[in-house]
Amino acid sequence: MTESRKVYLDYSATTPVRDEVLKEMLPYFTEHFGNASSLYTIGLESKAAIDKAREQVANLIGASPKEIYFTGGGSESDNWVLESIANDMKSKGKGNHIITSRIEHHAVLHTCQFLEKNGYEVTYLDVEKDGTVTPEALEKAIRDDTVLISIMYINNEIGTIEPIRELAEVAHKHGILFHTDAVQAVGNTPIDVKAAGIDMLSMSSHKIYGPKGEGALYVRRGVRIPSFIHGGAQEMGKRAGTENLAGIVGFGKAAELAKQNLENHVRHCSELRDYLVQQIMEKIPDVYLNGPADMSRRHPGNANITFEYIEGESILLLLDSFGIAVSTGSACSSKSLEPSHVLSAIGVPDEMIHGTIRFTVGDFTTKEDIDYTVECLVKVVERLREISSVNSQKGWN
Amino acid sequence: MGLYNDTVMDHFMNPRNVGEMENPDGTGVYGSPVCGDMMQVQVKIEDDIIKDAKFKTFGCGSAIASSSMATEMIIGKPVEEALEITNKTIIDELGGLPPVKVHCSVLADHAIKSAIYDYAQKNGKHYKGLEGFDPNADDDDEGGEE
Repeated sequence: MTESRKVYLDYSATTPVRDEVLKEMLPYFTEHFGNASSLYTIGLESKAAIDKAREQVANLIGASPKEIYFTGGGSESDNWVLESIANDMKSKGKGNHIITSRIEHHAVLHTCQFLEKNGYEVTYLDVEKDGTVTPEALEKAIRDDTVLISIMYINNEIGTIEPIRELAEVAHKHGILFHTDAVQAVGNTPIDVKAAGIDMLSMSSHKIYGPKGEGALYVRRGVRIPSFIHGGAQEMGKRAGTENLAGIVGFGKAAELAKQNLENHVRHCSELRDYLVQQIMEKIPDVYLNGPADMSRRHPGNANITFEYIEGESILLLLDSFGIAVSTGSACSSKSLEPSHVLSAIGVPDEMIHGTIRFTVGDFTTKEDIDYTVECLVKVVERLREISSVNSQKGWN
Repeated sequence: MGLYNDTVMDHFMNPRNVGEMENPDGTGVYGSPVCGDMMQVQVKIEDDIIKDAKFKTFGCGSAIASSSMATEMIIGKPVEEALEITNKTIIDELGGLPPVKVHCSVLADHAIKSAIYDYAQKNGKHYKGLEGFDPNADDDDEGGEE
């Protein structure tokens, strides 16, 4: 039963650090350990390394380096924007209403819920069946006291690429700041913050083959954001604390490579993803693809599939026994025991949500990996359907 | 390194007594797919002894493992003894489950009682362990676990 073969199909959860990235990072743990705030040579060298990384990260999204603040990851960036902007606007008497969507990452949703407990009002926009947030829905939700709009760039579960430029346009028409959580988008789709009219954008290093615990927030020049961590003058006085030097260097290198490889990466992933979906549809009955049917409107590596009449954690565990790593939207695998809020928002019934698996392919996935996965999946689904008390003849009761 | 211990994994990977009977003496169903778990138990009963049991379960790893373990525990037992089985005794027999799984995924004691209740109804039998039992009740912690 235990296979030596390992197939990782959860690149949206995290990615391995690329060799080139690790190589770049290593000297910054030992010989180049200087504090970037120090004025002697090894301090200045660290400062120069951070400056270079800032430029690499800025380049990836078409920003200027001065608009990039390093943070401890995507979640921190989201928390920073939502809490600081909301506080600032409220204290200035501009309003206390925030608009976001029902399918955001918990880093945004739970921060919004926290704000609601503290006197803010939040509208959670409904989405279309494929997960799209429409500019029309956004337009309708805007109020006189709306101070911030936050819509994710690409959904982490079903891969929907949101119409960010159009959404930002609606926000700006009303003079409202527009933030996007682009953790899944950076490195997976071309991003130009200027052309898209994005005011603030959250990004993460470990989704683009960089180290964990590092991220950034882009803040357009001219947008005033209060500082988030108080202390020293790091990150232009906005985010205090001695920098995670090696992490920042690694993130910078990963960003540089992501920009270089973008076209190849997107082609490689979408080819294998399309092949995976086609094979599953062909070989396994009673399966559904969640998210956009038009594959060009999805994250290039994402396939979110419901296997009717069986439960996702069981599928995940059996695939794991074959060395295959995937994730599930089933409540049974989450610590909260809540079924995926994203699949609920697009109208997937609860019993089907429980049987949903997310596959994400990445740069190190091969066609052989996909063939092996489909071969195992056929066996796993067949076996669990034999055990299941529901099936296609009896239906769901 | 796993989510579950070896006993649970063994019962999940190689579940015992999976299937459906041609002519069961009693059938019980508990849970719902909407909640993520549903179990069907069928029993053969002769002289107030459970001669055989089969199950089918829609659910997560611990739901399948606990179904398998529960059917193993009741086969060969007098009906009254089988009725004494609780979720807690099933979980103990499995060597424990992650705390978050304890309430939601162990349906077996109710499903077994429902199957025996079905048999008792059809055959005019009375069992002490069924007193006050309502197969349609929505209870979820009569085992008193935790």
